[in-house]
Amino acid sequence: MSGFWSTLFGLGDKLAAHVLLAASAIGLGIAVALPLAVWASRSQPVARASLGFASLVQTIPALALLALFFPILLSLRAVFGESLPTLGFLPALLALALYALLPILRNAVTAQANLDPGVLEAADGVGMNRWQRLRLVEAPLAAPFVMAGIRTAAVWTIGAATLSTTIGQPSLGDPIFAGLQTQNWVLVLAGCFASAALALTADLLLGVIERGFALRKRALWAGGMVAVALGVAAAGFAQFAPSWRGDGRDTVVIAAKSFSEQYILARLIGQRLEDAGYRVEYRDGLGSAVVHRAVTTGAIDISVDYTGTLWANELEREDNPGREAMYREIVDWKKRTSDARIFGRLGFENAYAFAMRSDRARELGVASLTDLARVAPRLTVGGDPEFFERPEWIAVRDAYGMRFAGTRNFSPTFMYDALQSGEADVISAYTSDGRIAADRLTVLADPAEALPSYDALIVLSPKASRDARLRAALEPLLGAIDVAQMRAANYAVDRVEDKRTPDEAARDLADAIGL
Amino acid sequence: MNGGDAALLFDRVGRHYGDLRAVDEVSLAIPRGQFVALVGASGSGKSTLLKTVNRLTFPDAGRVLINGEDAAKIPVASLRRRIGYVFQGIGLFPHMSVAENIAIGPRLSGERLSKDRIAELLALVELDAAMAARMPDALSGGQRQRVGVARALAGEPDLLLMDEPFGALDPITRDALGERVKALHKDFGLTTVMVTHDMAEALLLADRVLVMDRGSIVADETPLALIEGRGGPIAQGLVAVPREQARRLAALGGPETP
Repeated sequence: MSGFWSTLFGLGDKLAAHVLLAASAIGLGIAVALPLAVWASRSQPVARASLGFASLVQTIPALALLALFFPILLSLRAVFGESLPTLGFLPALLALALYALLPILRNAVTAQANLDPGVLEAADGVGMNRWQRLRLVEAPLAAPFVMAGIRTAAVWTIGAATLSTTIGQPSLGDPIFAGLQTQNWVLVLAGCFASAALALTADLLLGVIERGFALRKRALWAGGMVAVALGVAAAGFAQFAPSWRGDGRDTVVIAAKSFSEQYILARLIGQRLEDAGYRVEYRDGLGSAVVHRAVTTGAIDISVDYTGTLWANELEREDNPGREAMYREIVDWKKRTSDARIFGRLGFENAYAFAMRSDRARELGVASLTDLARVAPRLTVGGDPEFFERPEWIAVRDAYGMRFAGTRNFSPTFMYDALQSGEADVISAYTSDGRIAADRLTVLADPAEALPSYDALIVLSPKASRDARLRAALEPLLGAIDVAQMRAANYAVDRVEDKRTPDEAARDLADAIGL
Repeated sequence: MNGGDAALLFDRVGRHYGDLRAVDEVSLAIPRGQFVALVGASGSGKSTLLKTVNRLTFPDAGRVLINGEDAAKIPVASLRRRIGYVFQGIGLFPHMSVAENIAIGPRLSGERLSKDRIAELLALVELDAAMAARMPDALSGGQRQRVGVARALAGEPDLLLMDEPFGALDPITRDALGERVKALHKDFGLTTVMVTHDMAEALLLADRVLVMDRGSIVADETPLALIEGRGGPIAQGLVAVPREQARRLAALGGPETP
């Protein structure tokens, strides 16, 4: 349990970032929703259109809404110039503010619609103009209801802000996503606990303000507002004070997609750069789709990607020219299309492969995909949720005439368990996955070369690729990691017993490859 | 019609809602100092006609002149601040204290009422000065409408409009407040127009009773003339109700009757 508390208290900077993000989003939501509500109360079409829009936004999953702002902001660069941030605070702020809109707007519109018409006529009758009526009568009478809407919005926003981790904005989602990937439940629990405690605190304070409005007790609502303001100010101080002190060192931002190998490699790179005198920040748990564009545009400095991923997603190619040719073409393509660079390969592949329990493979006489196709009609294949939509699967299916009795989706974490328990006879595995060695699985050969290669490579942003000192610090990593070493490092983080953190695993890996 | 000497003059005033003529070309002069009751059944157009004066309803035909001045040409907020208005259903602001409610009209014009002035206004409607700090929901219905009357008088108007002012009150409070308003009308030399559906109230308080039916004025008589049977069948139909009640009460007799 001491691990839980020390982890929890180590989340201070994430908490500060989370508070600032949520407070800004709610503030922006209020700033948009209230004038809109006033307008809506005076025009039925505006009421219908704005409430309809806000409800529609609410039906978009928060995760998708956050991700959607990346391409939107990217296209807006045509208007606002290249310095418009596409990852991190800005898209998170916009998406969350949009999300906060509905409860505030709906409560404000409902409150205005339910104001006693007699009181409104009295406001007109005593000679108030529109502004006076709004300020002296409508606003004070609607305030408790509007406040209730703001309360709802605050709880939602604080919860949804954990998802902003996926677009590179630090938040309390960082420990949750990192913990989920590495099965470090203490980390997950600490993140959830902090986020829930923050939501409850915000709800409590805003509730005090709401009661103050309802009971017309100034001390109550003013006190609540002061407490909220102090909390946000403290977060602001915690967030910005370190950079005011300013240590003058260059900051390098390293991205990691949301799986253990990425966390480990990001730390491995980060540790080398710290040794070389850089200040390092990690953007963990980024969505796979945004990482590459982020490093190309310079929103982050360094990422680790895979040839097959770039080949299919960025070059939009479906052919398979073989490992070397694919790598060379990707290097050329990057050089041709941007100022970002492919720095080099790490040495191992994290490709899709098909794996079976060794005893089962022996029993069925299966050593390659050709053998598998023969017995497939009696077997069930398991894959991660996207696998059966991917070109790799289609290529294998068509190359070998693969017809299984059944297909099942599992989250990557549970795929191996499914194989052990016999719920799947064969799974789509990743070649660098630690559990292949740990579970002594048989990886089936691919004589037709239907599966494309997935060479791990380092991508540098335009700025990082011009930095000779940085390149020199990373040079020793190229070609240095073989797949067995990567499997061992991944397994150290993924296993349940004697679990290592990605940071520790990265140090072990550095030792193993002799750095 | 020349409205030069009338406090209030309606010149072919009309208000239509689609095909419905809520107010149908009403012309009428009300001299200064008169207490006029507008009586009629629900939907007869009496409230709508009253509200054309302070433009809570905009007439779509004709003009309303106040002291000879076209109401349409006065900025609507300042027009309303000049006119005392007592609302149907009272219309106090629930989030303001009694004192703030009374002072609201002058406040809108940038004037602050002193504590003494508020105590004075409360005294006019027979309320204790200590009421000033209370919130409306801590008052009885009668007390609330007294505050409503004090609010209407706070801006020292010449013209007092009342829209079913006593409709929600119990009979005893209603009678007492009616008499109080009649006295204030005399003391301040007000011109008062009161909308009511209660003919007995109209007969007892007003100098002049106007009966409306389907948007038009169908009778314009003194209370005495109505009691004497003039004013036509619709007016007499309304007078018949309290008269019949009085007759039945008299016929009841009994020991309580003095």
